[in-house]
Amino acid sequence: MNNVFGNKRAVLVFLGPALLIYTVIMLVPVLWSLGYTLFTGSVITGFEFSGFDNFAKLFSDPKVGEALLFTLKYAVILTVGQVLVGYALSLLYVFWLRKASSLVRTLVFFPIVLPTVAVSLLFQKMFEVAPQNGIVNEFINLLGMPSVDWFGSADTAFLVLVIMDIWRSMGFYAVLLYAGLLDIPEEVMESARLDGAGGWTLIRRIVIPMSLPVLLSSIIFSINGTLKVFDSVLALTNGGPGSSTTPLTLLMFRTAFSYGDYGYGSTIALLLTVICLLVTVFIFRSSRRDLTKG
Amino acid sequence: MTATTTAPGRPASAKPGRPLRIRRRMTPRRAGSIVLKTLVIGFLLAITVLPLIWLLLGSLKTQNEWLNSPSWALPENFLNFENYQVAWVDGDIGRYILNSALATFPSLALIVVLGVAAGFALEVLVWRGRGGVLLLFLAGIMVPGQMILLPLFSAYFQTHLTGTIWPLILTYTATGLPLTVFMMATYFRAVPREIFEAAAIDGASIYRSFLSIGFPMVRNAVFTVALVQFFFIWNDLLIALTFTSVGDFQTIQVGLLNFTGQFGQVQYGPTFAAICINVVGILVLYLFLNQRVMRGLTAGSVKG
Repeated sequence: MNNVFGNKRAVLVFLGPALLIYTVIMLVPVLWSLGYTLFTGSVITGFEFSGFDNFAKLFSDPKVGEALLFTLKYAVILTVGQVLVGYALSLLYVFWLRKASSLVRTLVFFPIVLPTVAVSLLFQKMFEVAPQNGIVNEFINLLGMPSVDWFGSADTAFLVLVIMDIWRSMGFYAVLLYAGLLDIPEEVMESARLDGAGGWTLIRRIVIPMSLPVLLSSIIFSINGTLKVFDSVLALTNGGPGSSTTPLTLLMFRTAFSYGDYGYGSTIALLLTVICLLVTVFIFRSSRRDLTKG
Repeated sequence: MTATTTAPGRPASAKPGRPLRIRRRMTPRRAGSIVLKTLVIGFLLAITVLPLIWLLLGSLKTQNEWLNSPSWALPENFLNFENYQVAWVDGDIGRYILNSALATFPSLALIVVLGVAAGFALEVLVWRGRGGVLLLFLAGIMVPGQMILLPLFSAYFQTHLTGTIWPLILTYTATGLPLTVFMMATYFRAVPREIFEAAAIDGASIYRSFLSIGFPMVRNAVFTVALVQFFFIWNDLLIALTFTSVGDFQTIQVGLLNFTGQFGQVQYGPTFAAICINVVGILVLYLFLNQRVMRGLTAGSVKG
């Protein structure tokens, strides 16, 4: 038996190809990318060793500061928005719509599987002001207010971006959290009800504490996704107006491919990776401390 | 037992400690609740569906209608498919879709075959260091695509793969593997070990046990995983944009992005038709497989 399951050659046959491709195309490039941070130039123009110049530049570059700030702002606002709206929807599904929720659940989930590019272009047209009012401005006009140039200023462009991404993802988070809510044992709910808890008390004292683990994993998933935002920004605002909605990912892409500086691009990519890691570890640790306290 | 099957009281509006009621009478309060419920459901459905309906109607309108009547107006002719023809032929959407398929399906096949085999090796076979290798794969889920983009671009350039379909297939396969291996290992963990042991006692080699027992037992899971990866690859923009800047292999997402650049704000109808083609394909898939898609996508995310 051990001969069968401990067959070294079988391990190689089953695991080898996957591990090979994974190593060559993901692990090696990650290390390679680390090496790039010490150089300047690109594959086409050739590389030149520049020591730690890229890092010095990174910390004093106002563009990086702006992009970093935008990335964090977007990630925090969108994570809070996605998880809150998703959680509200999931509570709605479980406690209010109950069996009737199946159709709503399925429909509201749908936008997340749509190509981001398609959704972004659709929203671009919906919020358009010139040459032709989109449906949103038509509606605003209907209420007696003048059309808004949504993509003309940083704040409104950001607002459209947030609305779009919450529209896309709320159904997904709702289903994710819904599964967590269904896992709360019925006995716990029942005994709380017998003890006189109802409505908001029940939700605040029983439902929220008991769904903390799934809330936490949603938050980690959401923040990891939103820190890497790329498609929706590129297709919706293309980083503009100016560079006011440019996240780190897009700045990195431009630095590398428009300005041909792979070294600096890799340094920005490294900054992004480090932030993702730090945020995840931070959330994990702070949540663990809370658990021991409570 | 789920919260939806037993429903004692209505927590949202219930008085404390109300006992289980078998039959509900139609009180004004209950009637009000039904109205409110309908309104909420209606609102949710409206905000999800209305943008898509607007998209569909927009794709049927002529340029003249777009410019001279409000954007919420219905198309004059509901069977005006001219925009689709323009998008498909002049806009090259057909070719972009073919490119996407050329990149997506070989990648999917590779991901499934390699991922299932790796999951089997990591969960069913017994050897030193398998925990470490699983962790190594897991680490790949965290890495942002930007981190591997530039070295890969250099490597493909130097091996003269740039401009072919291979950079897409290879990169999609590698980026799809971590999640697939992780999910397949989880599924294989749920298969009772005794089954494989019984097969071994009956004289099956490990390869036989994988082909005749392991694979068939996780076949459903394989389909779910493939579906999840399909959406990731089909909808990807970053990798496609990077590796198709040279050559003729722009995928549908890159094509759509260029499409609006090409026609811009001027040609409404064809732009809407192009977006619509992209959306409708996914919609049809979702119509048939929605439960599986929902299960797969949410299962793929709970790994924290």
